[in-house]
Amino acid sequence: MGRTLAEKVWDDHVVRRAEGEPDLLFIDLHLLHEVTSPQAFDGLRLAGRTVRRTDLTIATEDHNTPTLDIDKPIADPVSKVQLETLRRNAAEFGVRIHSLGDVEQGVVHVVGPQLGLTQPGMTVVCGDSHTSTHGAFGALAFGIGTSQVEHVLATQTLPLAPFRTMAVTVEGDLPEGVTAKDLILAVIAKIGTGGGQGYVLEYRGSAIRSLSMEARMTVCNMSIEAGARAGMIAPDDTTFAYLQGRPHAPQGEDWDAAVAYWRTLGTDEDAVFDHEIFIDASELTPFVTWGTNPGQGAPLGSNVPDPASFADPQERLAAENALTYMGLEAGTPLREVKVDAVFVGSCTNGRIEDLRAAAAVVEGRRIADGVRMLVVPGSVRVALQAVEEGLDKVFTAAGAEWRHAGCSMCLGMNPDQLAPGERCASTSNRNFEGRQGKGGRTHLVSPQVAAATAVLGRLASPSDLTADVAPVEA
Amino acid sequence: MEKFTTHTGRAVPLRRSNVDTDQIIPAHWLKKVTRSGFEGGLFEAWRKDESFILNRPERQGATVLVAGPEFGTGSSREHAVWALQNYGFHAVISSRFADIFRGNSLKNGLLTVVLPQETVERLWALTESDPSAEITVDLEAREVRAEGITAAFELDDNVRWRLLNGLDDISITLRNEADIAAFEETRPAFKPRTLPVA
Ligand code: SF4
Repeated sequence: MGRTLAEKVWDDHVVRRAEGEPDLLFIDLHLLHEVTSPQAFDGLRLAGRTVRRTDLTIATEDHNTPTLDIDKPIADPVSKVQLETLRRNAAEFGVRIHSLGDVEQGVVHVVGPQLGLTQPGMTVVCGDSHTSTHGAFGALAFGIGTSQVEHVLATQTLPLAPFRTMAVTVEGDLPEGVTAKDLILAVIAKIGTGGGQGYVLEYRGSAIRSLSMEARMTVCNMSIEAGARAGMIAPDDTTFAYLQGRPHAPQGEDWDAAVAYWRTLGTDEDAVFDHEIFIDASELTPFVTWGTNPGQGAPLGSNVPDPASFADPQERLAAENALTYMGLEAGTPLREVKVDAVFVGSCTNGRIEDLRAAAAVVEGRRIADGVRMLVVPGSVRVALQAVEEGLDKVFTAAGAEWRHAGCSMCLGMNPDQLAPGERCASTSNRNFEGRQGKGGRTHLVSPQVAAATAVLGRLASPSDLTADVAPVEA
Repeated sequence: MEKFTTHTGRAVPLRRSNVDTDQIIPAHWLKKVTRSGFEGGLFEAWRKDESFILNRPERQGATVLVAGPEFGTGSSREHAVWALQNYGFHAVISSRFADIFRGNSLKNGLLTVVLPQETVERLWALTESDPSAEITVDLEAREVRAEGITAAFELDDNVRWRLLNGLDDISITLRNEADIAAFEETRPAFKPRTLPVA
C-alpha cells in the first residue's frame, strides 16, 4: 500500500524501532528561542551533557524583544533575563544565535525558512507550537515541551508516539480578495479547535497548489489551532523555486540530489488517509473571528452569531462566554464592529507578501481617527526588504507605526499590548482571552482585511474601500 | 539523573495533609530560567514562621521528608520536584501522592514512597522524639527501615529499573547512541547545517 507524505518523512527518520516502545526519530533541525529553552540548557548543565549537534541547532530572539528603541537596555527585567540567558547558553554550548540587532534576527518561524534551513522531507522541532509553519515545505515540523527540547539538545532524537493522517483537500480557485488566512480560518471553523487532535494534516488540492510559499506557511502555521500535531504540504516546483539560492539551500550536485529526493515525497496515489475533509475554494470569502478561540470564526459578510443557534450545549456556552468577553451583541453585522487597534505581523502573517498586501490597501489612504495600527515585520530581513520597496513609508504616511521585528503584539510578552477592553483586528493566530494584553479583544483577520479595517475603523475588506474611501489626493 | 539504590538520612516529619504544589513552590518562582536554585522557594510561606519544622536547627541537613496524605496536589509544575531536590531531599514518604507530582518526581529521580498511614504515623513519632533518628529507603529491597520499623513498599518494575540505573529519558535514549551514530552516517549530504555560511 502507498504511503502519505507524513508517513514517508517519518519512516526516513526512524533511528530505532522496537516492539512496545515509541519510535526514536532523528531531528534534522532544532530551532530555539528564549522562552522555552532555559531549563533545558540548565538540565544539560546539571547532567554534564553537551549539545550533540550544534550544527543542526539555531537560536533566535523573538518573544520578548521590544519593537521600539532596540538600542536601549530592555526595560522589563524578566524579559531581559530571559534574553541574556539565551545568549549565555548559546555561547556556552556553541549554538549559533541571532540576537536583537542582528540582521538575521526575527520570529523563529520566519527566520528558518528565509535562511533556507527549512527544506522538504526534514524533521523540524522547536519549543513552540507554531513550528507547524515549516510543514509548508513538506517537512514534518511540530512544537515540543521544554523537557523534549533538552532531549533533542542532548540526543538529536525524540521518542515519538505515532500519529494519524488527515487530508484537507481544497479544490477550485480562491475568489479575488480571499487569502490563505481566510482559507485556514475557514478550515478551523469547519473542523473545530480540537478536530485535528492526534492528526498530521496534509493540505492538498488545486487551491493549495496555487498558493505561494508564504501563503502555504500561513496555512500550515495555524494547523495547531485546529489541534493538529502538524500540517504539511507536498513539495513542488513552487517550493523548489523558493528555496533555490537561499543561504542554506543545497548547491550544485547536492541541489540535484535533493530535488530528486524531494520529488519522491508526495503522497502516493493509493495511500489511505485516516480521515479526509473537502473544501470548495470558490465558496470562500474573507473570514474573521468573532470569539475567543480560532474556531469561532465567520465570513466577514455575516453577523455575530446567536449562541442559541449552536446545537451543542458546550459550544453554546462557549459562544455566550465569548460574546460577553468580546463585548459583542448577537446579530450585529461583523462589518459594523469598530476597532481600536490593528496589528499586522506574527509568524502567521508577518512576511514580505503580507506587508505588501497590507501596504497596497493603505497606500494613499489614512487610517481612521482613533485607530492605532502597528506593523511589525516578522524578521529583520523582511523589514529591510520592505524598506527597500518603500512599504515603511506607505505605512507611516497612512498613520501606522512601523516597528522593529519580533513577536510583538501576537502575545504581548513585550511592551506591545492592548489595554483592557480594547479591540484589535490582528493578523496573528490566537484570539484567546488576554492574549494581546489583559482584557484585550482580538479578531483574527488577513493582512488585507486588517489594512482595510484600519482605514475604515471597523471590520472591513478592501472591496469596501473603493466605495467608502477614495485615496487622498497626493 | 543520579542513580537511586539506597538512601539513609535524617527526616523532616511534616504533619500536614494536602500539601499542594503552590505551597511547595509558589507561582512567582516560575519565572526563573533555571532548574536549580529553587531551594529558597521551598515551602516559602510556611518558612516565614520561625517555628516551622524546616527552620529548626536539628532538622538541618535532613534528606527524607515524611508527609501527610495527598502530597503534591494542584498545579502540574515540575518546579515543585526541583525545589525539593534543590533543598536536599532524596525521598518523600506519604500514604498518598497526587499523580502528576508522583510522575514528575520519579522522572527526576526524587523517590516518592507510598506507605500505609499507620507506618507514616510511626515514622513521625520516631523522628519527632529523636531528630537524629535515621530512615533508610532501600529501593533494591523495596523497603523502608528505621529503628524498630521495617516496611515494604511497591514500585513499578520499569520505574524501579530506571531509578536504580539512574536513567532519565535522555539516558535511555543515549543507551542507543550507536543507533543514533549509525543513522547519522546515512544522512544525505544535501541536508542543511546551521553553521554560518559565507
Ligand atoms: S509570532 Fe506569535 S505565534 Fe509566532 S512564535 Fe511569536 S508569539 Fe508565537
